[in-house]
Amino acid sequence: MRVQIEGSQAVAEAVVLCRPEVIAAYPISPQTHIVERLSRMVKQGDVGRCQYLNVESEFGALSVLIGASAAGARTYTATTSQGLLFMTEAVYNAAGLGLPIVMTIANRAVGAPINIWNDHSDSMALRDAGWIQLYAETNQEAADLHIQAFRLAEELSCPVMVCMDGYILTHAYEPIDLPDQAGVDAFLPAFSPVQVLDPSDPISIGAMVGPEAFTEVKYLAHRQHLRALTLVPEIAGAFEQQFHRGSGGLYAAYRMTDADTAVIALGSVIGTIKDTVDELRDEGIAAGCLKIGCYRPFPATQLRTALEGVSRVIVVEKDLAVGIGGIVSVDVRMALNGSPIPVHTVIAGLGGRSISTESLKQMVRDARAERLSEPHFLDLNVRVVDEELARRYEQRRAGPLAEQLIRAVNAIGTKVI
Amino acid sequence: MVTAAELLSTAAFTDGKYAQAFPSFGSERMGAPVMAFCRIDTQVIRTREAVTHPDVLIVQDPTLLHQVELFAGISLGGYILINSTFSVDDLGIGEVLKSMPSDHVCVVPASDIGVKHMKRPIANTPLLGAFAAMTRVIELASVQSAMRQKFHGSLGEANATAAKEGYDHVITYLDQERSDQHHARAN
Repeated sequence: MRVQIEGSQAVAEAVVLCRPEVIAAYPISPQTHIVERLSRMVKQGDVGRCQYLNVESEFGALSVLIGASAAGARTYTATTSQGLLFMTEAVYNAAGLGLPIVMTIANRAVGAPINIWNDHSDSMALRDAGWIQLYAETNQEAADLHIQAFRLAEELSCPVMVCMDGYILTHAYEPIDLPDQAGVDAFLPAFSPVQVLDPSDPISIGAMVGPEAFTEVKYLAHRQHLRALTLVPEIAGAFEQQFHRGSGGLYAAYRMTDADTAVIALGSVIGTIKDTVDELRDEGIAAGCLKIGCYRPFPATQLRTALEGVSRVIVVEKDLAVGIGGIVSVDVRMALNGSPIPVHTVIAGLGGRSISTESLKQMVRDARAERLSEPHFLDLNVRVVDEELARRYEQRRAGPLAEQLIRAVNAIGTKVI
Repeated sequence: MVTAAELLSTAAFTDGKYAQAFPSFGSERMGAPVMAFCRIDTQVIRTREAVTHPDVLIVQDPTLLHQVELFAGISLGGYILINSTFSVDDLGIGEVLKSMPSDHVCVVPASDIGVKHMKRPIANTPLLGAFAAMTRVIELASVQSAMRQKFHGSLGEANATAAKEGYDHVITYLDQERSDQHHARAN
């Protein structure tokens, strides 16, 4: 049924259609609307025999799900930012134990300075924790990816993060086609765990493993993870067959056939980039866009093939690895290892800064003219930065940086930047 | 404000258009300045960038008029709706808005209409009715249907009635403007 609905509500509806059995969550902006809706639906009895646990922390939320999943329950949680970092130890454990938990990340910046707005710093920080990571371009895709995520997670016995941009998607109202229950039931079989804690057939899960077998356990987890490179497109294909709508997949190309400049990104900014590509094409610039839908495992071979024939690649990423620059662009460079195609890193949209078509167009023009710094910070306020650097050079006790910069740009809480 | 953008998007959706509504979140406390945005199109809306040059600006809280540069981004040929019982000149913004056609700027006593129908100074719904009348981008019936979907029973009806009054207010204003212009030309 096609409805005009908020992204968070659509995701909650999609999760319910997957018949979860245990949900545990701790509220944190911008994830709250998802879990509020789920808790209400569970309380109203709309989610079968599902239990909703209002836990004391994010660490508690995922720890509960580790137990519930090991006992054979289909499990779900959602978090973001500091909440995700707070549950880090359990994030690694869920993956290491091979438990098919599905978790929404309502992507948000990581402090300090504290910032509730969108970027990808949170999920990127845990990209190597052993979870599969899928990124949604639209709210339709966010809803659809959750349905695919349960099937993927349970088939591989590996947890999956569905990452959707905080506020930009979670709080946006747009038209969404919500699948019906019969369709989801046909697409998503009942959870059949490969390991289960059962009092009538006791086993233990979570053994300590010494140097004699640790490498092999990790190697097999890696092999299993990489199977997603085959399964993700298969499941996306099955989804399209069931619901007559393309969603998910490892990557998606837009006007790439004859593109000389490829812009690579993840998440909702892809929509803005597609508009940018169209406008650049009108100017006679052969730009194209490549969306990474599945970031872990990383589809290196597939991206390398998709990038054949381009003259340059620009990776627009909503994260910053302090001390090196890009995160996604490093992986893209690895995918293009041995190829002469230059890869530019562009850091954009940090802490909720809007990414405009105008700035993206200029970025592509600058890249073509070889004027991009490396890494390039989109729309960096150079004047404020230079003034602050000068002030800090002159003054040893320069004080806290965040407070000073707020004064310098005269920002107020609600200002659109 | 956020609800207004949501309702506007629902009304546009009801009209068979594509709509994308989203809030701009600052510090989340009652009384803080809040902005919300809505894009309406006949085609799929892909962009996620901030709205900096709106075609229509709805000001719910006129006390913001002199605090923030509200009109800085309004597009040429845009529309402005302001919730107030004062005229544009009495609000002290006549000079700023003098380049805009008079039938593109309208003051609506939306809070009063809200009190009349909903016993609270809710300006949202009368302003959305006013939006329908001024821009013709969405139908009044779709605005009312969005309100009945969002608020059930008598509250939905009260909102729908308030929207109609906001709509009528603008229609009366526009008729008056046209009549004044006609007379001005005749003279």
